[in-house]
Amino acid sequence: MATFEDQLVEHRMYLMRFAKLQLRNDAWAEDAVSETLLAALSKPQTFGNRSQLKTWLVGILKHKVIDLIRSNTREIAAPDGGDENSSGNDDDELDKLAFKADGHFVDPPNEWGDPHQTLQQRQFFQVLDACMERLPPALGRLFLMREWLELSSQEVCKELSLTPTNLYVQMHRARLRLQECLNIHWFGQRSA
Amino acid sequence: MTRLFRRTCREAAALVIAREDRALDLPDKIALKLHMLACKACPEFENQVLTLRAAMGKWRNYTAEEHEKH
Repeated sequence: MATFEDQLVEHRMYLMRFAKLQLRNDAWAEDAVSETLLAALSKPQTFGNRSQLKTWLVGILKHKVIDLIRSNTREIAAPDGGDENSSGNDDDELDKLAFKADGHFVDPPNEWGDPHQTLQQRQFFQVLDACMERLPPALGRLFLMREWLELSSQEVCKELSLTPTNLYVQMHRARLRLQECLNIHWFGQRSA
Repeated sequence: MTRLFRRTCREAAALVIAREDRALDLPDKIALKLHMLACKACPEFENQVLTLRAAMGKWRNYTAEEHEKH
């Protein structure tokens, strides 16, 4: 039977994947994960089963990651652009979708089919992971602060000294980039 | 139909993506609904946005974790 230490080691890679994606800094990710595992080691009797342990570890990891973000605010800059005064804002990104002068799509969006079917496929999540990794670091961090850490808009604005408008613009940008990446690396391949 | 509720695809797509991060106001909501009924392209775009939303939910809640076991 696996010892508690063995179980923790098994979860390490899994935790590292989230920590690296969120922090975009391998040394910080190592720190966050190590501290999380140490916290678990100090109270082995707390955990009933494997999935309870995993849930607990992810919860602790999120706290450690938020602490790291807070203590490194000078190095963690918000993404460039998207201020109210850089006029174009989310329109720039929408333009990549290519609209005609009359506001119609030049090419209609790809058909992605049934989401349920898509989400059944493990490989889809590998591609999604890869697409998130490809986001520029500052943009990826911001996107995952909302989507993985589940901080509120207000909290993200506060941590990154952003205006709400700026945050929305950046979130749009991240979503459109992810959709574009999935179009190319997942949905494009399948309809080809 | 009044101009108040008329949106181009460009505007409708902007609303669909904005809706992921903030609530739309009522005129925009109604305009988007009407546009979706009349348009073929925008519902596809919406499906992409909703698929990404569902995918992030599943990813976040680590039910897709099986892919780490080879």
